[in-house]
Amino acid sequence: MEQLNGHQGENESLDTEDEDEAVQPPLKQSRSKNDICNNFRVDSCGKTEATSTTTGGGSVIDERRTSNSTCRQRLDSLRKNRPPFPWFGMDIGGTLVKLVYFEPKDITAEEEQEEVENLKSIRRYLTSNTAYGKTGIRDVHLELKDLTLCGRTGNLHFIRFPTQDLPAFLQMARNKHFSSLHTTLCATGGGAYKFESDFRQMADLQLLKLDELDCLISGVLYIDSAVSSPSECYYYENPTDPEHCVQKPFTLENPYPLLLVNIGSGVSILAVYSKNNYKRVTGTSLGGGTFLGLCCLLTGCSSFEEALQMASQGESTRVDKLVRDIYGGDYERFGLPGWAVASSFGNMMCKEKRESISKEDLARATLVSITNNIGSITRMVALNENIERVVFVGNFLRVNTLSMKLLSYAMDYWSHGQLKALFLRHEGYFGAVGALLELLNPS
Amino acid sequence: MTRLSRGTRPMFTSKMAAECQRVDRSSHSMDKSITLPADEIFRNLENAKRFAIDIGGSLTKLAYYSTVQHKVAKVRSFDHTAKETEGEPLYEISMQEEVTARLHFIKFENAYIETCLDFIKDHLVNTETKVIKATGGGAHKFKDLIEKKLKLRVDKEDEMTCLIKGCNFVLRNIPHEAFVYVKHADSEFRFQNTHPDIFPYLLINIGSGVSIVKVESEDKFERVGGSSIGGGTFWGLGALLTKTKRFDELLQLASKGQHTSVDMLVKDIYGGSYGSLGLTGDLIASSFGKSATADNEFSKEDMAKSLLHMISNDIGQLACLYARLHNLTRVYFGGFFIRGHPVTMHTITYSINFFTKGEVQALFLRHEGYLGTIGAFLKGAEEDNPNQYSWGENYAGSSGLMSVSPDLNPMQRTRSGTFPFDMLEMDRLERQLVNLPLLQDPSSYIPDTVDLSEDALAREYWLYCFEEALDGVVKRAVASQPDLPEAAERAEKFRHKYRHKLQTLRQQPFAYGSLTVRSLLDTREHCLNEFNFPDPYSKIKQRENDIALKYFQKAIKSLEELSWEQRQFALVRGLLAGNVFDWGAKAVSDVLESDPEFGFEQAKRQLEERPWLVDAYDQWLERLKGPPHKCALFFVDNSGIDIILGVFPFIRELLCRGTEVVLASNSSPALNDVTNSELQILTQRIAAMDLVIQSAVKEDRLTLVQSGSSSPCLDLSRLDKELAGVVRERHTDLVVIEGMGRAIHTNYYAMLSCESLKMAVIKNSWLADRLGGKLFSVVFKYEVPPSHKTTTQDHVPGTPS
Repeated sequence: MEQLNGHQGENESLDTEDEDEAVQPPLKQSRSKNDICNNFRVDSCGKTEATSTTTGGGSVIDERRTSNSTCRQRLDSLRKNRPPFPWFGMDIGGTLVKLVYFEPKDITAEEEQEEVENLKSIRRYLTSNTAYGKTGIRDVHLELKDLTLCGRTGNLHFIRFPTQDLPAFLQMARNKHFSSLHTTLCATGGGAYKFESDFRQMADLQLLKLDELDCLISGVLYIDSAVSSPSECYYYENPTDPEHCVQKPFTLENPYPLLLVNIGSGVSILAVYSKNNYKRVTGTSLGGGTFLGLCCLLTGCSSFEEALQMASQGESTRVDKLVRDIYGGDYERFGLPGWAVASSFGNMMCKEKRESISKEDLARATLVSITNNIGSITRMVALNENIERVVFVGNFLRVNTLSMKLLSYAMDYWSHGQLKALFLRHEGYFGAVGALLELLNPS
Repeated sequence: MTRLSRGTRPMFTSKMAAECQRVDRSSHSMDKSITLPADEIFRNLENAKRFAIDIGGSLTKLAYYSTVQHKVAKVRSFDHTAKETEGEPLYEISMQEEVTARLHFIKFENAYIETCLDFIKDHLVNTETKVIKATGGGAHKFKDLIEKKLKLRVDKEDEMTCLIKGCNFVLRNIPHEAFVYVKHADSEFRFQNTHPDIFPYLLINIGSGVSIVKVESEDKFERVGGSSIGGGTFWGLGALLTKTKRFDELLQLASKGQHTSVDMLVKDIYGGSYGSLGLTGDLIASSFGKSATADNEFSKEDMAKSLLHMISNDIGQLACLYARLHNLTRVYFGGFFIRGHPVTMHTITYSINFFTKGEVQALFLRHEGYLGTIGAFLKGAEEDNPNQYSWGENYAGSSGLMSVSPDLNPMQRTRSGTFPFDMLEMDRLERQLVNLPLLQDPSSYIPDTVDLSEDALAREYWLYCFEEALDGVVKRAVASQPDLPEAAERAEKFRHKYRHKLQTLRQQPFAYGSLTVRSLLDTREHCLNEFNFPDPYSKIKQRENDIALKYFQKAIKSLEELSWEQRQFALVRGLLAGNVFDWGAKAVSDVLESDPEFGFEQAKRQLEERPWLVDAYDQWLERLKGPPHKCALFFVDNSGIDIILGVFPFIRELLCRGTEVVLASNSSPALNDVTNSELQILTQRIAAMDLVIQSAVKEDRLTLVQSGSSSPCLDLSRLDKELAGVVRERHTDLVVIEGMGRAIHTNYYAMLSCESLKMAVIKNSWLADRLGGKLFSVVFKYEVPPSHKTTTQDHVPGTPS
């Protein structure tokens, strides 16, 4: 089932020396442009393949060849069938709305003439700004250039804004007469359900609601395969050695089985066995929302960035009770190192200590306990599910190197090097990408 | 079987009297603000040795071993070979002092530690004690104080090792130690039957952090994991968020709060449930998720509640992950986060149910707070081999679950100015107790027929019944010691104590595990013993035995005149009629006290005519036509007519058939039940009159064993180890259980792996009513285990043909 992943398919085709010359060039060409439709064609064929893939490599290649030529034939038809612009994918979470927007760069003069003014204005508005209103932000560093989607080449933009500002967004959509474009708005996340009627009533927009975990997985698999440089996936080398702990690219070859840990407001942990075969193993309510919520209450901060900033300047060991605070050193009887946290916020049981700590210390302690707890649950799930590779995603990890290093450390240390923590650059946007993919290739 | 010889001691020595005076003097020098209730706490300090202390964050738990002097009723046979005069009693009864071992555990707030150490110092006599074993986080802090005050060397023991040792000890020795907590049920506490093999289990200790320990055997355990998010997180974070300092106040806040205003629920994100994943709308998606976006103020209560949910759910989730990884289903929770707090027991239970979909139950322990100190004590007492003995909870000296414990309601207590404490006392049992080898499934065996904690009507009735009977018990207790003038005073103390226990049980039926008729009876026995009324029925039993013995030969003679089939019925009827004589049952004691002429024949007439309420007599008769049993184990009931004119003729017939007989009787007195020592004398006397019995005794075909019990009821999972040995050696294939206490209140549903007879006359109209019968209805239950293929299988027991 590995060929279900486009990334995987690329490598296989390179390995296949006896491949038909006539087939290879367009295949390579389309792959190099990361043509989503090609990948998807493989996928739709893959469904029939999936039942017969237990056979040897040769027969797989034969089928692949057939499917590739079919793909080429279908490109033309798809060009006519592809949805009208604009292309959006949306993920409305508990805290943030994530929006991906595909900006076509291959618009012909003819097209330009036909393009309605509304569409143009939306494109210009989104691409010429990096901030929208008071709270909307475009993550420019994540923008994917020269991406080919359904035969069209363009840039993929990543935009986010707080879920509580959704009314303002809907107002804008209404002002810009978004509904006149007769586009389907593919949306996932809980908000797709919660705000469906608001979309209809306030902006005259009909949502196509999609399951958030389906979208998450297809988004992860697509972005990982579509982006080659800089590598989408990375890890921290030497996580147990702060001096030499550095970010390193990682190639997600043979990704399955993998544990996908999505840390948004809450946390979902998925065991993924193939593109279409996954289960939500468990989740925890101690997630990004808990970090921010507690930080707001404890320090009076008002944003994630502010909370992280404070955390980076604090010292959690003043707040937490460490093993050495209880045992004077390591608890050797049970192999617990003295530096391990015995009780998160444990020192705060004591009045004097409550009075001697700073807000920064509290922010740091909150970050450390939430992160370590996620690490701990993840490690146990990985053991129970017998999975060694863990990919952490979600907006909790945005600009949060502290947590990523902590997770890397925790995974490595407590598993004695058995588990590896992996991260993806587009950490919080995969659901939205998955929604966009659904627009282009409805399953 | 030989009785264990016990040392006897004079009741008071002059030294002890001097000690008593010293107690009074020293109590004046204590802190004026609090008074230690000297006759209730730190009892038997004069004999105390082997101290252990567990000092936690707020509570101190002290343990010591002491010897307790008790009066016991001893029977001694007169020399009957010389002469046998009319009117002279069969045996003499004397009160003697007996020394038994007891473990004392006391829990109090750290604030009182100095007062308590002073008290102990002033009362401690034993100078052999040099060391005090210590554990717990506070042991270090108070080390100097303890060494200075008590002049004992503090010897520190590993906390986790003590905890596990203590846990194994209570699980092994206290039958209803573990319970499941069900918040909204009629009875919040569902006590668990202790599995004969307590291992393996997972212990989740929620102190300031969380430790997860897998225990595989007495000495093999491993800390498999843990979490830093524990009680300290609740307390520390809670204190920061709510400015509330005390742990229990935080819990009180939490119990009044609404977490939904602080937490982001699934429905806050989805507008409803997340159907495809089966996540309901009320599920917490993100703890404290709302406090990140909403600007409004949150109430202390709501934040505390949210925090409580967050931490409980997190611990529950980890516990489940570890339980699954190690494939364990028995998961016990302990630590100060749990300790007696319904709020946290509920949230942890909820979390475990959620994450395991009900596959794993969260188990809690009644004496969880004492585990550390019990373990530390056991470490120090290893040379005494405490694990070689069986121990029993003394209901008279233990506070019981959710007593006015120092864990709860600190505010209320501080104001009252009294010294709050909680106690546990465990008596060393003379005999090591084991399962009856003939139990079909020891792990599912429940002795008691009705759990009064789950049956409000039955509970009301029996509590009332025991309260009503109290006057009579007090009267009889005084009458049993005519030579002791202070008996009346002691009897009043007994009345006060037992009435107080009954009141406690009315409020907290769960105090000592499941409330049952057995536990009510046992509590009464413990209270009687506490005030030196070891055997209030001794005189009555003596008189009854004397009367019955006179009729023995006549009874045998009239039985022998009957045809075989008539005789079998007469034997069963005789046994049942004999069982009517039971001073324990109020209806009978009324008749007996008002009409002393009420005789054996009259008792037979009182019996219900066949078909009986439960009547398997025909099947039994059929069985008797078959080959004899190899060996019958007979649990006997009352003294007097019951044992002499009911049981002996019955077993005599069995012996004649070639069946060996083992008579199991109580080790110590309970009501008018015949004790092992009385039975030995009776058997001697009967053997002297009857050749069948005589030769059976001589040839060791009739054996007397003690049950190991001193209860009017019978727990087949706690029987004398020697009895179990005899049962096995002799290939016992028939068990006879006689009497209301042993065959109705307990064991009515007990499943044995061999044939069994359960016989009783219902001498309580309420119970008769419950069972659909009337007063003096007969239960004659003959059961054959399903695996046995016998000729009697075509009859359904209980349906007379």
